[in-house]
Amino acid sequence: MIKIENYIPIVGQSIINDLQLLAERLKGKIIQNINSTPVGGGVAEILNRMIPLLKQLGVDARWDVIKGGEQFFEVTKKFHNALHGRPEEIIKQDFEIFMETSHINIEQVNIYGDIVFVHDPQPIALVEKKSLNKWIWRCHIDVSNPNERVWQFLMDFIIKYDSTVFSAPAFSRVLPIRQFLIAPSIDPLSDKNKELPQETIDTVLHRYGIPKNKPIVTQISRFDRLKDPLGVIEAYLLVKKRIDCQLVLAGGIAADDPEGIKVLEEVQDNAKKDKDIHVLLLPHNDIEINALQRASTVIMQKSLKEGFGLTVSEALWKAKPVVASNVGGIPLQIKHKYSGLLCHSIEGAAFALKQFLNNPAYAKRLGENGREHIRNNFLLTRHLRDYMLLFLSLYHTEDVVYL
Amino acid sequence: MAELIRAKEGFRFYTRLHLSEMTGLKASTLGQLVELIKQVPGSCIYHHTHRFLQQHQYLSPEPPNDFAYWVIEALGEDELGERLASIDTIQFIHIRELRNEFIKVIEEYLEEHPSAKQKFARQGEEFHFMKSVSFIVPTNYTANDYREFVEVLKKITIDSIYFHVFEARLRLEKGTNDFSWWIESSCGDKQLADEIARLDPYTFTMEELRKTLVKIIEKRIT
Repeated sequence: MIKIENYIPIVGQSIINDLQLLAERLKGKIIQNINSTPVGGGVAEILNRMIPLLKQLGVDARWDVIKGGEQFFEVTKKFHNALHGRPEEIIKQDFEIFMETSHINIEQVNIYGDIVFVHDPQPIALVEKKSLNKWIWRCHIDVSNPNERVWQFLMDFIIKYDSTVFSAPAFSRVLPIRQFLIAPSIDPLSDKNKELPQETIDTVLHRYGIPKNKPIVTQISRFDRLKDPLGVIEAYLLVKKRIDCQLVLAGGIAADDPEGIKVLEEVQDNAKKDKDIHVLLLPHNDIEINALQRASTVIMQKSLKEGFGLTVSEALWKAKPVVASNVGGIPLQIKHKYSGLLCHSIEGAAFALKQFLNNPAYAKRLGENGREHIRNNFLLTRHLRDYMLLFLSLYHTEDVVYL
Repeated sequence: MAELIRAKEGFRFYTRLHLSEMTGLKASTLGQLVELIKQVPGSCIYHHTHRFLQQHQYLSPEPPNDFAYWVIEALGEDELGERLASIDTIQFIHIRELRNEFIKVIEEYLEEHPSAKQKFARQGEEFHFMKSVSFIVPTNYTANDYREFVEVLKKITIDSIYFHVFEARLRLEKGTNDFSWWIESSCGDKQLADEIARLDPYTFTMEELRKTLVKIIEKRIT
């Protein structure tokens, strides 16, 4: 099991000391996390890492999961897409199905926390059980442009909470309750981010037939139009006219995305335009992703829309120069010309790639700045600190709090 | 020798941790920006003029505030960005004076360049007003003389340095930084207190500021 002390060589003893100081002030409080699944998905992944670390710090954090049938989760999937702004036909019956399961959960879920920390829309209606304890709703979704019908439905519950949490400033709107900005994080000790020996990196390159004799430009993302893989190829082809390099487009296909296969086929078709484009359909293997990122000269994330875009943090943590779109949570991770280059178009992406490929010292400096930016702002330890501050904020309304 | 000075009262190091609270208010134009700067709580002005210091302390010391960064990157108003970046934050003792300076600079610019009123940030690149909620926590570190002080200074978090240098002076309106105050009042060393108070901390990265403070005090005890 990973110990909190394992993070000391990465963030320093004093950061861990701060976490201990905060944890002491939460003694005696039970933090009850509630979500809809114990495995799979980003929320479960982060809770699986955070709960044991909070416990080691002395915070009584616990985790419960609501129940729901197939129909309920089909509806919540539709809600999820609609909140992301995707067109979805939501009918009256969907809301009825949602409420039916919610009522069962309201009856059956035991609420015992001094602080009840509800994640995402699925368990949102549990707030009907609110008594004298404190309730927080954590929204992990990009709700910058939500389906208003679904949003208004959720609002009836949201306003009953004490506080909400969003991942990016663009997701906030004027609300009658407090709303905090807490970005997600990466775990520097996970398989996806830990240091790798050069032999592992070379083995992965060899496995996928990627030579080391040319600079490697990489985008790692599932094959989804919102990640704009075709735009990445176009940008690469513009660069290729002047600089001899290769492109790696690697990722998987989401199980619930029928369009993914179609996008992959289109990408494979377009990749035929150049012999140095490698399209890799990766099995879920974090070490391979880590190795491909570490082998890259420049990493791209040319998304058209992005919830937070943690692949950018992953790349910067490896001190890689990154070219990424100015969308979602990406501008929080990259300050243009300080910790990477932001772009708005295919041509802009190509120009940024050329700047990095032709100026290795510049690329190195921005990559190193990026790594420090991630160390200070997007590692799991910062996330732990923010969550503990969030819990403490429930007992203080002032802007300057003496603990 | 200065190193023999034992402080009348020890210095307790505090740390300051912050949460960003969102207001839901946003601006797409300079007109909206200046109107909201007039209305938002002082904690918002503090957040947007100091956030960069903590989040980007290892980078080059620019840009010093969110307003300057936004007008350059989202609106392409480089000249106004430069004027906002040059606002000398160290000269202000109260947030309200700092707020008024930002209002004055933007309004003057809009008078000189009326066409700047027409510029809109792209969707998704609006300026979002946030505020800092500060949690101030005593650490386990104390110092009773310069040697102990400098040893702690080398190892405490930048959050702690930040609190004693920036937050104490402007947000808590103590008028000077905590280090200078302690050195003068408890060690009776006005010369060293003044030397530290004269620094413009806004033009250092946080790690450079730490090194500079360590150097000044070490020079005093050797």
